[in-house]
Amino acid sequence: MTDSQVRFDPGDDPDAAYTVAGGDWQTVLPAPEGEKQRVVVNMGPQHPSTHGVLRLVLEMEGETVTEARAGIGYLHTGIEKNLEYRSWVQGVTFVTRMDYLSPFFNETAYCLGVEKLLGITAEIPERATTIRVMMMELNRISSHLVALATGGLELGALTAMIFGFRERELILDLFEMITGLRMNNAYIRPGGLAQDLPDGADKQIGDTVKELRRRFKDTSDLLVDNAIWLARTQGIGYLDLESCMALGISGPVLRSTGLPYDIRKSEPYCGYETYEFDVATQTTCDMYGRFLIRLEEMQQSLNIVEQCLDRLRPGPVMVADKKIAWPSQLAIGADGMGNSLDHIRKIMGESMEALIHHFKLVTEGFRVPPGQVFTKVESPRGELGVHIVSMGGTRPYRVHYRDPSFTNLQAVPAMCEGGMVSDVIAAVAGIDPVMGGVDR
Amino acid sequence: MNDQPEAGGPPPDETEAATGSAVAGATSAPEVVAVRQGAFGVSGSGDTSGFGGLVERVETPPSATRPFGGWFDEATDELELALADRGLPATEAVERIVIEHGEITYHVRREHLLQFAAALRNEPALRFEWCSGVSGVHYPQFSGKELHAVYHFTSITHGRSIRVEVSCPDDDPHIPSIVSLYPTNDWHERETYDFFGIVFDGHPALTRIMMPDDWVGHPQRKDYALNGVAVEYKGATVPPPDERRGYN
Repeated sequence: MTDSQVRFDPGDDPDAAYTVAGGDWQTVLPAPEGEKQRVVVNMGPQHPSTHGVLRLVLEMEGETVTEARAGIGYLHTGIEKNLEYRSWVQGVTFVTRMDYLSPFFNETAYCLGVEKLLGITAEIPERATTIRVMMMELNRISSHLVALATGGLELGALTAMIFGFRERELILDLFEMITGLRMNNAYIRPGGLAQDLPDGADKQIGDTVKELRRRFKDTSDLLVDNAIWLARTQGIGYLDLESCMALGISGPVLRSTGLPYDIRKSEPYCGYETYEFDVATQTTCDMYGRFLIRLEEMQQSLNIVEQCLDRLRPGPVMVADKKIAWPSQLAIGADGMGNSLDHIRKIMGESMEALIHHFKLVTEGFRVPPGQVFTKVESPRGELGVHIVSMGGTRPYRVHYRDPSFTNLQAVPAMCEGGMVSDVIAAVAGIDPVMGGVDR
Repeated sequence: MNDQPEAGGPPPDETEAATGSAVAGATSAPEVVAVRQGAFGVSGSGDTSGFGGLVERVETPPSATRPFGGWFDEATDELELALADRGLPATEAVERIVIEHGEITYHVRREHLLQFAAALRNEPALRFEWCSGVSGVHYPQFSGKELHAVYHFTSITHGRSIRVEVSCPDDDPHIPSIVSLYPTNDWHERETYDFFGIVFDGHPALTRIMMPDDWVGHPQRKDYALNGVAVEYKGATVPPPDERRGYN
């Protein structure tokens, strides 16, 4: 079909859909009479500063944005649908890939829900919960560092980018040491953790925390009073409390309006009520406030990690119930991580019952009683909610993620309309959307 | 939104007395949500385990009875009062109340969803100012209630969270949109429409959001046809995931 053949005729077929690429809309829909020429700029989906495959449709008047719309769906991978054909434990390896910058939050939210459905929330070992909190807080730092780094990159502050990614590397090294992977860890499992911390991990984490404290000072020295940074971020992406509540905006964007809403405090999970930390807030409602909040939250997360290290006691990291606990133990061998050779020796050479048990639990999985739950965690970007429905089978019946990036992106028109096109970049960087989480 | 009591509504005192007992004691018979058969999900696949004849009925959870415990009673009382103020008896709006895993679910009839949500948001004693969006669920065997829209509301003011579940039949997939009350549901309702085909009446622009505009079908429905995988070996194919033999 050539452009000239495309005609807009809604009376023809109500279900007709038109796909128009580039600036060809005039071939479908003639410009309205008496309206002055409009300039519509498509920013993205492939654009380095739209934070992944986000498409922004901007209507411009000169350099001023008069209308902004966000188009999403370019990274939709059907994870929620896929989960319905995988066992409950396999689900973790899928959800970890949703918001790829905060894998531990996705995993924890999912596992808390599955554990609630199983009714084993109280039986999760203390050590497993402490390590979950520690991993989540380290993850919060690494995610905020990416927000800072890419935000800096998009505003031309390349040193901030280098600093952010450099420090994130320290945390990814910890993740690699503990889980075997830098991203998509699938470390938190229903009932506990995939494996315990390796020897010497606590010392290495402690050293990294000290190092990060020192380096965060560099970052704040570089940016907090930096005239260019202030000019690019102050008063940009303004969104007040009322709009945040109406649009369901959570996380640093909401806290930049002064409301100290943090699910770790308001509806504590994983024992967050026993940790000492402050909820960072600002009252500027702008990009600069969000930046300051992220800096402060990274400091608070370091405090929580130190408290976790203090209270780590030897013990199991998986529920005692052998009908739920994944039977194999992982171990690092000469060729990387895999099943522990001790476990293989036992099931292959010593105990047929153990082999059967291993086989049944790994291939069939456990059954989860029918019902539905909704669990929420405070991810780096805000409220991450998981709605899980079970039908009593070995697979989830329905899993839905209420991803904060998805909801927060709805604020783009409110933040950007009336501003300059260059500030659109800053506003989106302040929301810090991760498209893997938006599109799932 | 409709904040004013309707002229035709019954006097508040009568309603209060009537609904207080009726909703609390509503013990409607459990309905069959689904029937699960066999141990492997798929029949006729050479199941020699002896478990192929298993039939398991999954029913709706029992309705909760008073006292609910915790703040559930107080919140439900306030809700009944707020609905009565709007001329809507709670028994008419709320089909049943279910409490599971420490979470309370109000099953609301779809024609009253807007008024119910308005009460949740506007009543000072309730003040559920936060909506975590809507999630769809498809129960193909739940006759007359195949499609469910599940909303989660949080009151930051009072520190409470509730779930509201609304259902509609497959052949009339319409549920009122609550975007006018909770603008955050704009994209969430588009997503649920995209994946389940639930039409949210009154939504400002109910279009697809994840799938391409010209996509046919609603992928998260259980009856959505899945693709198998062709294998280049003697013409074999890997069957679609829902037709594979597997534990269920």
